[in-house]
Amino acid sequence: MTAILSATGITAKHGRNTVLHNVDLSLKAGEIVTIVGPNGSGKSTLLRVLIGALRPTQGKVTRKDGLRIGYVPQKLHIDPTMPMTVRRFLDLPKPVSDDAAAHALSTSGARDVHSQQMASLSGGQFQRVLLARAILGRPDVLMLDEATQGLDQPGSARFYQQIDAVRRELNCAVLMVSHELHVVMSASDRVICLNGHVCCEGTPDVVSAAPAYRELFGTGTGGALALYRHEHDHHHHHEAAD
Amino acid sequence: MLDDFMFRATLAAIGTAISAGGLGCFVVWRRMAYFGDATAHAAILGVALALLFGTSIFLGVGFIAFLMAVLIFSLSGKGQSVDTILGVLAHGALALGLVAVTLIPNQRINLDAYLFGDVLTVTRGDLGIIWIGAVIVALVLWRHWTALLTSTLSPDLAYAAGMNPRREQLVLTLLLAAVVAVAIKVVGALLITAMLIIPAAAARNFARTPEQMAILASGIAALAAFGGVRLSLLMDTPVGPTIICVATAIFAVGAVSGLVRRAA
Repeated sequence: MTAILSATGITAKHGRNTVLHNVDLSLKAGEIVTIVGPNGSGKSTLLRVLIGALRPTQGKVTRKDGLRIGYVPQKLHIDPTMPMTVRRFLDLPKPVSDDAAAHALSTSGARDVHSQQMASLSGGQFQRVLLARAILGRPDVLMLDEATQGLDQPGSARFYQQIDAVRRELNCAVLMVSHELHVVMSASDRVICLNGHVCCEGTPDVVSAAPAYRELFGTGTGGALALYRHEHDHHHHHEAAD
Repeated sequence: MLDDFMFRATLAAIGTAISAGGLGCFVVWRRMAYFGDATAHAAILGVALALLFGTSIFLGVGFIAFLMAVLIFSLSGKGQSVDTILGVLAHGALALGLVAVTLIPNQRINLDAYLFGDVLTVTRGDLGIIWIGAVIVALVLWRHWTALLTSTLSPDLAYAAGMNPRREQLVLTLLLAAVVAVAIKVVGALLITAMLIIPAAAARNFARTPEQMAILASGIAALAAFGGVRLSLLMDTPVGPTIICVATAIFAVGAVSGLVRRAA
């Protein structure tokens, strides 16, 4: 299968600092790829390069013709002076039908909020509405930048389950950035470990065993790995039951 | 009817108000008040230029406001906070304009007319320019509405949707320059920002969506313009400041009723 999105030799700056060095990445249709890395490793910068918000100083991003991106930002600050209902927010950037809006909200696990003001939503509801908006454009790829920041652990686990459900319905690729290793890795086809450059890359098994990964995440890796294995088993079980 | 100076003044004020109301929402949402000040204050420099070369005031003001807007736009792309620089530009431009106006030989002008507006002297030609400007601003705003709104919420969301938020910011900047040129005769350089911000702030209390807020802001601005012109005639007060007073009163009523509603 050919890549729907690929980046080759990306070097990019955040302010004056070069935070990405010669990064290669490619994404196939329907694939779930997770980018993990410590703070300041350039994860968000890489995502911003991929959506076209940041021009790399070197390298090239190639997208499949007409590639539709559904982007869920790390956080979205809506100025309190701007009134915004959930329903109106879902009409950005393109107006959608009431049916489509209701369906997207229920797929994202945020029913019954459509007439509320965005400012009145809880953290979890807000992230789900962001997810609903992102999937309304029928994206080929869903990109999530630390989408569970500010959620507690059960909350973020539920959010990732929701993403899995969304992906099954839309059959889109998912590219996630996260530092929550065990939760996100369990659902990934491929993990990219980033620290300014690609340290290692492969299936969750390969990456979590890689020396470069262990070096980056240190002693916590053992525990995370155990948890990961557990959830991975569980996940397969679940799929078999389906 | 256009022969009646009061009728012309009212029409000019309402035309300005409608274009300022909608655009003012973006000024509020994006926290561009200082930006508005800088562009508006530069207008006095434009007046000096127009007097010096004997051209139309609209042309001089529009030209200088345009230059200022583009200057601020390019500064804002540097990624740093430009608050201080905006403050310097806003007040520097005002001071420079005030000095420049007095330096022009053989001119004895009434500065108040440009600082606080002089809508009662609006001619038929002025009225035409004001309304053409207002309609252009409204049309551009309407066409760019979704892109402007998305870019205002989050530039990254706009990029991901294939929009160019930098271009939208430039559009907004140019519209602001156009409103400054339109409004100089009505409320004057010092109160243009007030005309942008106060109706939008008043509308916030009653709106549930951005569109409602923009339409309400235009309506409130038009009401303030109409009421301000009438009231200034009745009380023999300067028109521009009276319009702003009415707008502020509407804001106060809205804010208080909002408080009461929430407390109830």
